[in-house]
Amino acid sequence: MKAYLTRRYMFSASHRLHSDAMSEAENAATYGKCNNPHGHGHNYMLEVTVSGPVDEATGMVCNLVDLDGFVHTKIIDRFDLQNLNTMPEFVSAVPTTENLCIAIYDILRRGFRFAHLEKVRFEETMMNSFEYAGGAELRH
Amino acid sequence: MVYLTRRAEFSASHYYHNPDLSPEENQRLFGKCNNPNGHGHNYTLEVTVKGNVDPCSGFVVDLKQLKDVLNREVLDAMDHRFLNKEVPEFLHRIPTTENIAIVVWQRLAPKLQQAQLHRVRVYETPDLFADFYGEP
Repeated sequence: MKAYLTRRYMFSASHRLHSDAMSEAENAATYGKCNNPHGHGHNYMLEVTVSGPVDEATGMVCNLVDLDGFVHTKIIDRFDLQNLNTMPEFVSAVPTTENLCIAIYDILRRGFRFAHLEKVRFEETMMNSFEYAGGAELRH
Repeated sequence: MVYLTRRAEFSASHYYHNPDLSPEENQRLFGKCNNPNGHGHNYTLEVTVKGNVDPCSGFVVDLKQLKDVLNREVLDAMDHRFLNKEVPEFLHRIPTTENIAIVVWQRLAPKLQQAQLHRVRVYETPDLFADFYGEP
């Protein structure tokens, strides 16, 4: 039987929202306080949802040790306490949480082999959350 | 179609062990969760049902009925229990979060009268949850 498993992680990072395609005035108008040249930070809450048949021998969709190991090595260790603007994922993309969702989804999709990646969800603050399922519709 | 979610909590102990595997293999697969004396969690359960709003009552489902079924079928059986030893489904099935979601679904689905079960979500901790939609 198919089940969905969701795990929550936290990391903290800084960013500045600024697009080279726009003038200083347009950037200020578009991003407001988020365009502050010195940047600012968030405690990001990352949720990773994977799915698959529940293995009869283990009772699991995937072993949490494998999911935690991948996310810690490939995501948390790289992104935690960093400035997102300096990271290769954001050389040509503005580090909005929308783009962060897509970047993290892509890292998982390319490298995580133990279950099907269903979606990635971020809470940037308690008031904002973002979800990405590789372009697929979300299941609620 | 309107969706309605009822939340409940129960506390239970469990451990992960597959008798078909060697002690070493169990230890490798399940780590600390393989301790035969068990360990416990405060589980949070979310049961989502869906249906059309009854024009007379304004309800998708009578919440009291849903609560009664949930108490009788799930909470009375699992709250303050050692899942591996006291819940029949887990005598031969490992009580992982995924399997708990499936068992809760299997216990509730045949007992719900008005509304249709949409999703069972089981939080083992605030950082980990499993969803089951009744998919084969």
